[in-house]
Amino acid sequence: MTAEEAVGRIRSGMTVGIGGWGSRRKPMALVRALLRSEVTDLTVVSFGGPDVGLLTAAGKVRKLVTAFATLDSIPLEPHFRAARERGDIELTELDESMMMWGLTAAVHRLPFLPVRAGLGSDVMTVNPGLRTVTSPYEDGEELVAVPALRLDVALVHLNRADAQGNGQYLGPDPYFDDLFCEAAAEAYLCCERVVATAEFADAGGPQTLLVKRHAVTGVIETPGGAHFTSCAPDYGRDEAFQSAYAKAAADPEAWREFTRRFLSGDEERYRAAVAAFGREGA
Amino acid sequence: MTGGVTRAEYCVVACAEAWRGDGEILAAPMGAVPRIGARLARRTFAPELMLTDGEAMIVGGGPEEGDPEVVEGWLPYRAHLALVTGGRRHVMMGASQLDRHGNQNISCVGDWKRPKRQLLGVRGAPVNTLNNPTSYWVPRHSRRVFVERVDMVCGVGHDRASAAGPAATRFHDLRCVVTDLAVLDFATPDRTLRVRSLHPGVTAEAVREATGFPLDIADDVPSTREPTPAELRLIREVIDPEGAREREVPS
Repeated sequence: MTAEEAVGRIRSGMTVGIGGWGSRRKPMALVRALLRSEVTDLTVVSFGGPDVGLLTAAGKVRKLVTAFATLDSIPLEPHFRAARERGDIELTELDESMMMWGLTAAVHRLPFLPVRAGLGSDVMTVNPGLRTVTSPYEDGEELVAVPALRLDVALVHLNRADAQGNGQYLGPDPYFDDLFCEAAAEAYLCCERVVATAEFADAGGPQTLLVKRHAVTGVIETPGGAHFTSCAPDYGRDEAFQSAYAKAAADPEAWREFTRRFLSGDEERYRAAVAAFGREGA
Repeated sequence: MTGGVTRAEYCVVACAEAWRGDGEILAAPMGAVPRIGARLARRTFAPELMLTDGEAMIVGGGPEEGDPEVVEGWLPYRAHLALVTGGRRHVMMGASQLDRHGNQNISCVGDWKRPKRQLLGVRGAPVNTLNNPTSYWVPRHSRRVFVERVDMVCGVGHDRASAAGPAATRFHDLRCVVTDLAVLDFATPDRTLRVRSLHPGVTAEAVREATGFPLDIADDVPSTREPTPAELRLIREVIDPEGAREREVPS
């Protein structure tokens, strides 16, 4: 499947979960394909990074469900910040663990899961729909009932996958990509390399087989598809490019130029433009 | 070798002290000075402390001074969150705003609906403060940080935890606040901030001036302790030879 075909399955108004974390192993090739599409009015669920930034800058996001948006080496995501300060997006701001349990509840087809996190904080006041639940046991504790974060579509990027949709991560952290896929009605997995199933064992132990084919609708081979976020061990974050992204994001004129140069063609043109950018820096 | 101790070095030692007596738990420092402090604590008076590489690995050190860090465990985010809720962790977070009750804000400044300045977002501050011991690091003690009321409660303070009930207070444990001027804690009858020690060279007046609410400072408030010669050598030669501490707290 191509990135265009995957994105072609997404309708305006859908709830889309995006894997990775901050500026780490984000399915950026699929995000770029979304930018090229007509799809809009999305609810995005993400441990936010430049995926959130790019989609908000393009006006694709109506509502964002997240605990943060960061570029990691640059603490604040500039487009997310600007969109918030302009009042452009609706935000459901949850604690990191509430995100994890919301996705987990969806995976398990539960309406909610109880957590301690959130009590006493303004997460409860900025999300007036959040409810508490009282333990039926002797302790009688009143906890936050994190609602299930059900997704229409999940987009994730892994190091390797087979054509059937089994996905393998080879970096230090799986993040929550398996939860995103299992919480979604449809999941699209892009990867650095599609391999024969038998090749998985050469790259890592059985615990690296994070995503299972029953939870994946389509596989897309996108070498460099997480660029400019990190995709260890295949590549690290492209700090020079990320820094250029953040700089351009701060100024409308510079952002138009950045968009023209990097985001107005297909993935092949993006890669060529990034390669040219790399040669300038060298 | 105690001559010429910099403010940043007093801060490193004060941060290290935050983890004294914690036992075999994960020290989770955020910021350069707390990171150096946690490593100093582990190399001196708290060898049982666990530390990460800032990503998914738990790194331990050899018994000898200067031994490189080696991976001793795996702690991806999902396991890290379990460790937080299990309570075997003491985090030292930053704070864009902090009030006298210990409510902390890292999310945004101004009205949440349309903030004047969007910051990080709530991140893991709610889960941290309800579940494991929490301290704060403020590299620049000012009225912008120490405010009467924070704009968004991310980290939960004593008043808000009490109001939220027993499930919120059960594991709530705010330990201390280290700044470039002083060490503060909540050891007052109403559990509001007071100064525990002033860094050498800092007056009580300077701290009051830099704080946006009235602050309890005893006349006989002690000074933050001096680093030992061994600690200074560790900080300068082993843990932070590049001087990251001085960039966070300029002399």
